[in-house]
Amino acid sequence: MSADTPNAPVLSVRNLKIGATAYPPGEPPREIEIVHGVSFDLAKGRVLGLIGESGAGKSTIGLSALGYGRGGVKITGGEVLLDGEDILKLPRRGLRRLRGRRVTYVAQSAAAAFNPAHRLGDQVIEGALRHGLMTRRAARERARHLFAILGLPEPDSFGQRFPHQVSGGQLQRAMTAMALCPEPDLIVFDEPTTALDVTTQIDVLAAIKSAIAETGVAALYITHDLAVVAQISDEIMVLRHGNTIEHGETRQIVEAPREAYTRDLLSVRSTIKPAAAEQPGDLLRLDGIDAAYGQGLQVLHGVDMFLSRGQTLAVVGESGSGKSTTARVVTGLLPPMRGQVLFEGEALPPALKARSKEQLRRVQMIYQMADTAMNPRQTVAEIIGRPLGFYFGMRGQARRKRVAELLDQIEMGDGFAERYPAELSGGQKQRVCIARALAAEPSLILCDEPTSALDPLVAEGVLKLLGDLQQETGVGYLFITHDIATVRAIADSIAVMYQGRVVRFGPKDKVLSPPFDDYTDLLLRSVPEMEIGWLEQALGTRKMTSAGN
Amino acid sequence: MSELWRSMPWSARIGLAGCAFFAFLALFADVVAPFGEREIVGDVWQASLSACEGEAGPGTCLLGTDNLGRDMASRLIYGAQTTIAVALAAGVLSFAIGMILSFTAAVVGGWTDQVLSRVNDMLLAIPTLIFALVVLAALPQTIAILIAVMAVIDQTRVYRLGRAVAVDVVVQDFVEAARLRGEGWGWIVFREILPNVLTPLIAEFGLRFAFAVLFLSTLSFLGLGIQPPEADWGGMVKDNKDGIIFLVPAALYPGAAIALLAVSVNLVVDWLLARTSSLKGGRG
Repeated sequence: MSADTPNAPVLSVRNLKIGATAYPPGEPPREIEIVHGVSFDLAKGRVLGLIGESGAGKSTIGLSALGYGRGGVKITGGEVLLDGEDILKLPRRGLRRLRGRRVTYVAQSAAAAFNPAHRLGDQVIEGALRHGLMTRRAARERARHLFAILGLPEPDSFGQRFPHQVSGGQLQRAMTAMALCPEPDLIVFDEPTTALDVTTQIDVLAAIKSAIAETGVAALYITHDLAVVAQISDEIMVLRHGNTIEHGETRQIVEAPREAYTRDLLSVRSTIKPAAAEQPGDLLRLDGIDAAYGQGLQVLHGVDMFLSRGQTLAVVGESGSGKSTTARVVTGLLPPMRGQVLFEGEALPPALKARSKEQLRRVQMIYQMADTAMNPRQTVAEIIGRPLGFYFGMRGQARRKRVAELLDQIEMGDGFAERYPAELSGGQKQRVCIARALAAEPSLILCDEPTSALDPLVAEGVLKLLGDLQQETGVGYLFITHDIATVRAIADSIAVMYQGRVVRFGPKDKVLSPPFDDYTDLLLRSVPEMEIGWLEQALGTRKMTSAGN
Repeated sequence: MSELWRSMPWSARIGLAGCAFFAFLALFADVVAPFGEREIVGDVWQASLSACEGEAGPGTCLLGTDNLGRDMASRLIYGAQTTIAVALAAGVLSFAIGMILSFTAAVVGGWTDQVLSRVNDMLLAIPTLIFALVVLAALPQTIAILIAVMAVIDQTRVYRLGRAVAVDVVVQDFVEAARLRGEGWGWIVFREILPNVLTPLIAEFGLRFAFAVLFLSTLSFLGLGIQPPEADWGGMVKDNKDGIIFLVPAALYPGAAIALLAVSVNLVVDWLLARTSSLKGGRG
């Protein structure tokens, strides 16, 4: 299938234009262009990283290599040449012969991409069999070979398992095997590691990288994380609002970016909060907390930590380590089995119902998904105004004035007061949630991964806002996150959690400097760094492998 | 108002006109109806547009006469009054009961939810018609009891839907945020949950109302609904059904009225659905 000359590009995109129908609030729908003439070539065995924030058009461009436009998206101009043939001109049957055979796709959520009712092995070889590329026996053999390359456990019997029997990282690698099975010319990876824990991400990245090298396939790698793409791709294309900002060799982009926007993306992870000087008395102290869900499953084992007034305590750990459960104990949603929560020196009643209105007012919460944290049927003014009315009895003009002040404080302005959540961007939604928490004038805000669903630059803006608000109001944050860069940017002290226990706790400088315990070492080494060759180096030097492996 | 009318699709305008027409007939039955509800004005099963003679003087029977020689058109108009009033009352009552119980189950959860849901399952397991027949046969036959029985039977369906949609909303973060704020049951139910489940519930109301009309007609047809000589559409179908054998169309008019009302209501509901499910919070 591949071209005759070795240097001819596998994929050649010429002046690609993509349009979609927009539904602006309060206006009739209209046609807009979301990708404005993007061009690139991709040679055999090369990996091109497409990077940009949400809405940059990276997934849309990636899917166009399969001749596909997602929900309402239309390819309006340009050419997509696969081995010299324009696939946009192919009829439906031609596309069917192409997809899953010459071009394959790896989605972000492998869990949603596998059918839970069938065994992994059958799904991995399905494409190759459907296209009549190989016999069942040969396909099985190839799948086994791919499982081995991808470092999956027991490659001989791995295919016998069902999707729910393997971990998220393994599932993502199984999906890569599925994409590689029909020996395609090109694979499109759409954020394959974004949904994984950092400690798992590193293994999946390494597996994908070695599989690409082994099979010599060309790949498009889509992500919003520049540090990840720096590890895996040969060249990088930076996209913004459907335009190419910069396109070059990975080394050039990472080490000598030409455009200001690329430099912004590169510097995102470099803010660091200076360590706090004093420890002016306890705001929150957790004392030997044991907690369980339902009757049996104990999630927290003797959790101790404390947070000083006006400071930030970051709780770090992978999924299932008990970070969010700790927050639920503090809020009173999950009364602990043992231990107590001391707030400003006094024991908080364990159950939410037993707490006074004043105690509730002083602990507020910000959620990961700002989308679901706001009632879609209430306006911004109603959302922010409710705590004002509820806790302080504010009405009418006074309340409206205070809402306007709060909107100013979150750098949004009064114009947003009458909008509904659906009319806000992701960053704005999270800001409104912050304003709602702030309206209660709390002394502690629990932040449950408030920036992990946001684009890096937007997230940085939200983190900066949180920092400024702490300066102004002296509020303390219990900040749950799995991202070490965020921790560096905001924390005064850190608690590292692993399997329901606090494995390391103390001021930031102490926790982040050696000697490390094994888990903290793994966690710190798994955070991708903006440095070429980091992946190999990190894999070579770590002390333990991740549990979700 | 005129802007609203212009933004409506044709189907909704037709539906609204239909609903308005029936509501007008029901409200002004005494004025509109040419003859009395129980008045015998001519022979049995006269043809349409035939001449007849009532207490107020001679006139024309637009849709002929029924099996006792009463004016069909007048009875249809009076029937609209009873049928719509009873179905509407039963619908509203069943919604009130079903929604209060289902939201309580969803918000409180635990044992309350289990008990309410299982009792509801039990009621659902009994065939509705048989349940209604037994209860109505045992109890005195008044309109209030009829409405109550219809509401209790219908609320099981409302409860099912209400609980299903409310349970989806209750687990959302904004409800948790309201709980953490210390909000009471009333705020959580009426301000956080209700606005988010209104869309499917309105759709359900349209369907329920149509079913209530049909169910009432069925009961009347079997002799346990509205009692003669009062007119209602189901009973009128029953009274005149034998005429069909002799090519007398009298039974078809009330049947057509039932169908028209059901379709009109659902056209309006479809339009309401499209409006309330819009992204702007259903108010713009």
